[in-house]
Amino acid sequence: MSADAWALLGESLLETLYMVVVSGLVSAAIGIPLGVLLHVSRPGQILQRPVLNSVLGAVVNAARSVPFIILMVAIIPLTRLIAGTSIGTTAAIVPLSLASIPFVARIAEGALNEVPSGLVEAAESMGATPFQIVTRVMLPEALPGLINGMTLTLVTLVSYSAMAGAIGGGGLGDLGIRYGYQRFDPVIMIATVIVLIIVVQLIQSAGEKLQARCEHK
Amino acid sequence: MIEFKNISKIFQSAGGPVKALDDISLHVPEGCIYGVIGSSGAGKSTLIRCANLLESPTEGEVRVAGQDLMKLSSAQLRTARRDIGMIFQHFNLLAGRTVYDNIALPLELAGKSAAAVESTILPLLKLVGLKDKQDSYPSQLSGGQKQRVAIARALASQPKVLLCDEATSALDPQTTASILNLLRDINKTLGLTILLITHEMDVVKSICDRVAILSQGQVIEENDVESFFLSPQTELAREFVRAAIHEKPAADISHQFRQEYEAGCRPVLHITFVGQTVVQPLITQAARICEVDFNILQADIETVHGKTMGFLMVDIEGEERHVQDAQAFLQKHNLQVEVVGYVS
Repeated sequence: MSADAWALLGESLLETLYMVVVSGLVSAAIGIPLGVLLHVSRPGQILQRPVLNSVLGAVVNAARSVPFIILMVAIIPLTRLIAGTSIGTTAAIVPLSLASIPFVARIAEGALNEVPSGLVEAAESMGATPFQIVTRVMLPEALPGLINGMTLTLVTLVSYSAMAGAIGGGGLGDLGIRYGYQRFDPVIMIATVIVLIIVVQLIQSAGEKLQARCEHK
Repeated sequence: MIEFKNISKIFQSAGGPVKALDDISLHVPEGCIYGVIGSSGAGKSTLIRCANLLESPTEGEVRVAGQDLMKLSSAQLRTARRDIGMIFQHFNLLAGRTVYDNIALPLELAGKSAAAVESTILPLLKLVGLKDKQDSYPSQLSGGQKQRVAIARALASQPKVLLCDEATSALDPQTTASILNLLRDINKTLGLTILLITHEMDVVKSICDRVAILSQGQVIEENDVESFFLSPQTELAREFVRAAIHEKPAADISHQFRQEYEAGCRPVLHITFVGQTVVQPLITQAARICEVDFNILQADIETVHGKTMGFLMVDIEGEERHVQDAQAFLQKHNLQVEVVGYVS
């Protein structure tokens, strides 16, 4: 592989990491609170609001049903509004985040559902406010599940970011398609795939280590 | 200290409304260990959850330490709950917090400083005997140790009342005994009022001062524990007492045992007495004076509420009027005598 090819690969890797990390942060920042809301508004939960819960649930489901490639194209006006452009790595962060927010929300909701209801009851018996129950009991106890879910999200984002590459988002997927597929360069194609595999492996094992550290089973 | 006034609780279920509690009035005096016993589904858990409004009664009044809980705003209720500690069957400790941090939780929730937290927790760790475990996580502890942590946590906010929801039901007998001893110590040293629910008569026997029986959402019997064991009034109460003294006619006579009198049958007496020294001479005296013979079918000595109580099952052989004389003799000497059946 030529020095140019190496430089291209390095640059694309950075672009991919940029997209994955930023959209991962955005989806955690919005998706986890949304998951908390989905959980605490369930009937029988500490802030039960059945109507709100059904509406939120339906919206989340709808957002999750749109295939990513279609979502990406469909929200181009929104992307332009937020990022100023609809092409490029930064622009790709908008659809990536939007697609992973509902995913993270459902994962967070699931992790919170796993927290034994007895813990919430114990906290209530100590005079905890609903906010304290969420921040002192539910989220810390759901932490291993949340880390597991975020690991899953980041891995999914790596493959979504390759799709974003297809419409001009840059990154490893873009590289693979332009050089490997369209220019019939198997070396670059294979190199891209290998780098993607390494990235996913690193995310997965880092996630597992972090989860093991905060789980006290 | 805790007062339930005519409380009822109706749950709406798919099959229509279910009355879990039906017009219950109970008074738990200050400093008392009060036991509520009942079979599963009797409404015990619902009742104890009404004492801190984890469950709100549909009707009635709940007063704890003079406060009418149902009239409080949710902020006032949260403050009131700091005076009401609670422990649970499954401990409900936070898996991600150490022993120390679990006990610190109620203090953190109340906004106490780290220094205040530490000065409260260290004596508590000592009290429950877990000083060397303060940095362990709950998963590294045994069931009994977990319940000790839960007790320390419940005591951290210096409550006036402790609610125990089947606190020993998940523990083995030895561990149960040690937890019950701890609860009694706390009751004595801190003057803490304890309301506990259980389905185990052994719990009532070893630590309670008073007891109420709950059946189908109603209190069917309420008494001090000693009187309860000496003369249970309802059939359910008798069953609980029999279970507690492990009473069962010996296998070799059970096939001859019958409930109704038949000609030629001998009565089986159940004799209850307090303090074992008095009974021996009374039985032999009755035998001598009334010219009857006693067959001891079963004998059991139990400690109830700190007092030794004897439970004796005998059948009496002799002429009918002599048998009646013997029963009268025993009753005259303050033994509780009850004919529970007949053997041929």
